[in-house]
Amino acid sequence: MRRDRLTFGMMIGIPLLQLIIFGYAINSDPKHLPTAVLLADDGPHVRTILSAMKNSGYFDLTLLASSETQARQLLARGQVQFVISIPPDFTRDLLRGDRPTVLVEADASDPAATSNALAAMKTIMNGSLRADLKGPTASLNASDGPIHLAVHGLYNPEAITQYNIIPGLMGVVLTMTMVMITSVAITRESERGTMENLLAMPTRPLEVLIGKIIPYTLVGYVQMGLILLAAYFIFDVYVTGSYLLLLAISLPFICANLGVGITFSTIARNQLQALQMSFFFFLPSLLLSGFMFPFRGMPQWAQTIGQMLPLTHYLRVVRGITLKASGLGDIVFELWPIGVFLVLSLAVGVARYRRTLD
Amino acid sequence: MNDALAIDVRGMTKRFGSLVAVDHIDLQVRQGEIHGFLGPNGSGKTTFIRMLCGLLKPDDGHGICLDHNVITQSEAIKRQVGYMTQRFSFWEDLSIRENLDFIGRMYGIAHRRQAVHDAMRRLGLENRQHQLAGSLSGGWKQRLALAACMIHRPRLLLLDEPTAGVDPVARREFWDEIHALAEEGLTFLITTHYMDEAERCHRLAFIAAGRMLTRGSLDEVVADSKLVTWAVNGPDLQKLIAPLQRQPGVEQATVFGNSLHVSGINPSEVYRAITPYQRKPYFWRQVEPSLEDVFVHLMTRKAVPQ
Ligand SMILES: Nc1ncnc2c1ncn2[C@@H]1O[C@H](COP(=O)(O)OP(=O)(O)OP(=O)(O)O)[C@@H](O)[C@H]1O
Ligand SMILES: [Mg+2]
Repeated sequence: MRRDRLTFGMMIGIPLLQLIIFGYAINSDPKHLPTAVLLADDGPHVRTILSAMKNSGYFDLTLLASSETQARQLLARGQVQFVISIPPDFTRDLLRGDRPTVLVEADASDPAATSNALAAMKTIMNGSLRADLKGPTASLNASDGPIHLAVHGLYNPEAITQYNIIPGLMGVVLTMTMVMITSVAITRESERGTMENLLAMPTRPLEVLIGKIIPYTLVGYVQMGLILLAAYFIFDVYVTGSYLLLLAISLPFICANLGVGITFSTIARNQLQALQMSFFFFLPSLLLSGFMFPFRGMPQWAQTIGQMLPLTHYLRVVRGITLKASGLGDIVFELWPIGVFLVLSLAVGVARYRRTLD
Repeated sequence: MNDALAIDVRGMTKRFGSLVAVDHIDLQVRQGEIHGFLGPNGSGKTTFIRMLCGLLKPDDGHGICLDHNVITQSEAIKRQVGYMTQRFSFWEDLSIRENLDFIGRMYGIAHRRQAVHDAMRRLGLENRQHQLAGSLSGGWKQRLALAACMIHRPRLLLLDEPTAGVDPVARREFWDEIHALAEEGLTFLITTHYMDEAERCHRLAFIAAGRMLTRGSLDEVVADSKLVTWAVNGPDLQKLIAPLQRQPGVEQATVFGNSLHVSGINPSEVYRAITPYQRKPYFWRQVEPSLEDVFVHLMTRKAVPQ
């Protein structure tokens, strides 16, 4: 144990990591959810409602959408969680007691991210008007409240958790197996001495690496296929977008994880260490990517770490394609972080990959 | 054997931290020669061989291996060298045939099927070709390793303890094979701890603690050691060992079968030491020191600085 400092470090590091993540990063009551508003009326009562929403802490009114299409796009790209539409003649209808309808469209692909905010919404809106509506208009506060709230949960209207988990699972499984298999397999090669044999042959290290990456990439696709089949036949989750796009954008993600695996294999001295390092990478990926817990529910520092992990972006892409029928245009801005990670991890892995035994 | 050199390196040095594993070693090996590479455990044999085939970067040294610069052209050297690692290093979950086939592919050799077939036939591996490498016994693993490092028809073979754990018959066949291949022009650099194998080499190099101690043919090495050895036959030789070893000038007193070998560097001292026992029932004669006597002599000299 004293000789194997890495193992020792991991035995301390992993519980510490879990402690920090579970203790500080995870929050099952996500607040400050980005919200866009589409205003067809901006009377004083509208302002009251909006500022009450802001004060509740659940909603950050980040954007004033200019059109229905723009608002939809913001939702589709995951840039906002909610779009709130105030209809024309809102003030007039309100004062007449016609209970105008406020439309709330929510990106409900992850039910856990939106449920609390939605539950609070009605109270917030109606309560806020109570102070405004005094004297002759006070009667409007009666029973059902002065406004009518219509909530549309988009992409996953029945709030079925599987719809969100199963596409995400693909990314989780790929991360786990790609990193683990490569790092352990390459480490085994040096442990068994077969690396010495390989290096004595006139093959370039890069060729050896490519020879390893290609079969693992195929394994990754087989895994994806299995998950997609199970999703379709067992869980009724089907891809609303393009399968081809899904398969294509998975390639950089798989390779990015392989790069991590190669890098670990160049550091680990035995298979156990390789496994431990994979786990050390896997744990934050699982917990901080938005797979287990809503990404927007985490504190800023945890989100920053999450942003650096390829799984975070891949999850958004996969959920986008399966649930929202996203096209390439909707996901490009999630692709470049994966690309950057891919280039970095492969560069480090290949650079560190030994040409000699020393 | 001709005079062209397959290996001609000088000043080869490798350090691991503060340890100098190989310390300025020069080595010349002629083409078609079987060169033995001897030394105690940890003397740097494996390290030296790894530097020759580009597996380790030398800290110092220069030279030529098969007409290529040993420092800068290791890729070209690798193509023409067969390296058999000391430790079995093949893929245990592949069969013999698959291992050979894979290696053939790594070298990009033409007519791979034929080459694999030939290699298996030469080492009698055909009957076991579908057995997994991991399930082979030690001797068969060695044969597989040898077949594998010859599959691309190298010009130079670096064999690191190729016969460790191989039975005597197989060893004999193995050495006959090596001599036949050397006859065809292949060059061998072989490390071994077996003295009978060392005696079958054309020339020998002896290293200890990373330094070259002596080089040359068997006779040269023996003569160079200036060792004088007396052999004695008689009853109860075991009893002579302790008193003889206490005498000045006696370095070794070791039983070989029915005789006891007494060796030392100084002829008159050794003679004086055995004089008291030159009586019946002991029968003494001076003999040529065996390679093992020389080996032990060189090692004890290393241990006790003069
Ligand atoms: N990768 C390494 N890192 C550190 N030290 C090493 C390394 N490889 C070898 N050594 C050291 O270098 C020295 C020479 O080792 P080497 O394996 O060359 O000996 P050898 O002559 O082949 O021994 P043996 O007969 O036991 O095979 C030893 O002291 C060994 O501990
Ligand atoms: Mg060795």
